[in-house]
Amino acid sequence: MDQYTLNLLFVGATFALYIGIAVWARAGSTSEFYAAGRGVHPVTNGMATAADWMSAASFISMAGLIAFTGYDNSSFLMGWTGGYVLLALLLAPYLRKFGKFTVPEFIGDRFYSKTARLVAVACLIIASITYVIGQMTGVGVAFSRFLEVEVETGLFIGAAIVFFYAVLGGMKGVTYTQVAQYCVLILAYTVPAIFISLQLTGNALPPLGLFGEHTASGVPLLEKLDQVIQELGFNSYTGHHTSTFNMVLFTLSLMIGTAGLPHVIIRFFTVPKVADARWSAGWALVFIALLYLTAPAVGAMARLNLVDTIYPEGPKAEAILYEERPDWMKNWEVTGLLSFEDLNGDGRIQYYNDTSEDFATTAEAAGWKGSELTVNRDILVLANPEIANLPGWVIALVAAGGLAAALSTAAGLLLAISSAVSHDLMKGALTPKISEKGELLAARISMAVAIGVATWLGLNPPGFAAQTVALAFGLAAASIFPALMMGIFSKRVNNIGAVAGMLAGIGVTLVYIFLHKGWLFIPDTNSFTDADPLLFGIKSTAFGAVGALINFVVAIAVSRATQEPPEEIQELVESIRVPRGAGAATAH
Amino acid sequence: MAEPSSNAYWSANIRLVTICLVIWAIVSFGFGIVLRPLLSGIGVGGTDLGFWFAQQGSIIVFLVLIFFYAFRMNALDRKHGVDEE
Repeated sequence: MDQYTLNLLFVGATFALYIGIAVWARAGSTSEFYAAGRGVHPVTNGMATAADWMSAASFISMAGLIAFTGYDNSSFLMGWTGGYVLLALLLAPYLRKFGKFTVPEFIGDRFYSKTARLVAVACLIIASITYVIGQMTGVGVAFSRFLEVEVETGLFIGAAIVFFYAVLGGMKGVTYTQVAQYCVLILAYTVPAIFISLQLTGNALPPLGLFGEHTASGVPLLEKLDQVIQELGFNSYTGHHTSTFNMVLFTLSLMIGTAGLPHVIIRFFTVPKVADARWSAGWALVFIALLYLTAPAVGAMARLNLVDTIYPEGPKAEAILYEERPDWMKNWEVTGLLSFEDLNGDGRIQYYNDTSEDFATTAEAAGWKGSELTVNRDILVLANPEIANLPGWVIALVAAGGLAAALSTAAGLLLAISSAVSHDLMKGALTPKISEKGELLAARISMAVAIGVATWLGLNPPGFAAQTVALAFGLAAASIFPALMMGIFSKRVNNIGAVAGMLAGIGVTLVYIFLHKGWLFIPDTNSFTDADPLLFGIKSTAFGAVGALINFVVAIAVSRATQEPPEEIQELVESIRVPRGAGAATAH
Repeated sequence: MAEPSSNAYWSANIRLVTICLVIWAIVSFGFGIVLRPLLSGIGVGGTDLGFWFAQQGSIIVFLVLIFFYAFRMNALDRKHGVDEE
């Protein structure tokens, strides 16, 4: 059986499984659509949260970004796990106690203001759409590879599938489907990593292999990697080569954003008890950590394998002939995400850092006229099993896993967007008398619109999947997290303060991002680049932490200058803080 | 519920949260990034301890922190009589 058929078989089988589960658990009432009737066990919920959380950015993109940068991209690892500490300690149990369906609903009630609720809806939609763009980028990459089409075609096919898939079921369908998706994606991520770790280090556990010995050379794996890439003029893998300040802000921004993203928060509304919300955050992180502890090993080993493929005798010897390139390179050339240009006409693939001035003389002496291989970083994880010559079923499994990751998150986000529109915007503000049926219809229409917008913007994404997603985190960090945290931990922050804080936070962050990434992400409308950012070397992906700070400062200052919240709101805050008296799981 | 008990409960919670967040920040922003040069003398598998914290150690500490917090908080709930029956 050829690889193409095998891919189709694996992807088809897993899709049939998800759709089967979605149909079986089809949502009937609005309560089931949004919050799964609140009867989900913490471990099940943790697993579904993990699937919801780990998107194309984590699965397809992150290890690639770490592979090509090394230590400096550790921010993704710390940021996307450290946020769960904030979530578990500062938000999850209290929001569960409050016991409503959506994040804007909490903000609207706590800040006794319809305006606050609408501003929260707007922030949520902006952050979630940006996030979906990143997913679409990943979906496009995955579909283009396994259907062997160009990346744009892959994107359109992916969008159509996401649409049918997300519109079919609500949260309940999604919860159980996501448990299945988690199992597929974690297997798909760890199985090839185990194979590769065994090949390179003889250790079956990739996180240990990463710090283990490279069998072929007898030196530690990371030392070997540092050595070969430096011989090609690249920065060392383990060294720190970027601004420490930016790295701190970027990590912080990802952490706060994690705790501010509505599709993750919404998960903690579905557990039976407040105590379960705390455990559930822990279980989610257990399941997430399985992938996140594997990812740095995948990154480092893939980078080493890539260099080995191109320089079979080591970087000091000849590169391979283009005519003799392995099949995986030919396969990826079809997608347009990997390309070769023979600049010096010798028929060999010279791959090195042609932007390094120190290395220029070495390259010139060797007769190299620029790096001839262009590799899109988002392909690395998907190409990884092929690079390592793993069996065909592993390659097919990875394709299925990548799609599971992208689909599960896109579905979760679309659910958060649709509930914000139908529940908070329509029922909560514009048309309070809307019927349950009308609300579900509005939810589905808003999903369709969101997919359309994200696909259109996904054709020219503002970065690699994980970078686009990082922007979404910055936006969530600057708007939603501070409002939620102050709503719980301060009795003094009032309606005007919260609205002013959210508007200032998201406004400044959005302008900063657009200045660097183009207005509305339209290419070439930017005035600055991340290579040379506007303020103190802070890249647009790291600005969310500053936006959050602005939000806190503005909200607290404005609240102090205006009237204290009314008595009943202060009592509401008191009651959120203690678990006793939480509504039963099925009460809503 | 009685005010004083609830206040004691809340300040115990804040204390616990603060301790956990200090550890959270030290392992990630501290050992993983800012303090990495200070830990560069301690070797771990071809690199140094700061690299290990940035790519592996902090994640493990985060996990321990969340379970520790959940365990302690659920005990606090019972002690102050504010748990769900």
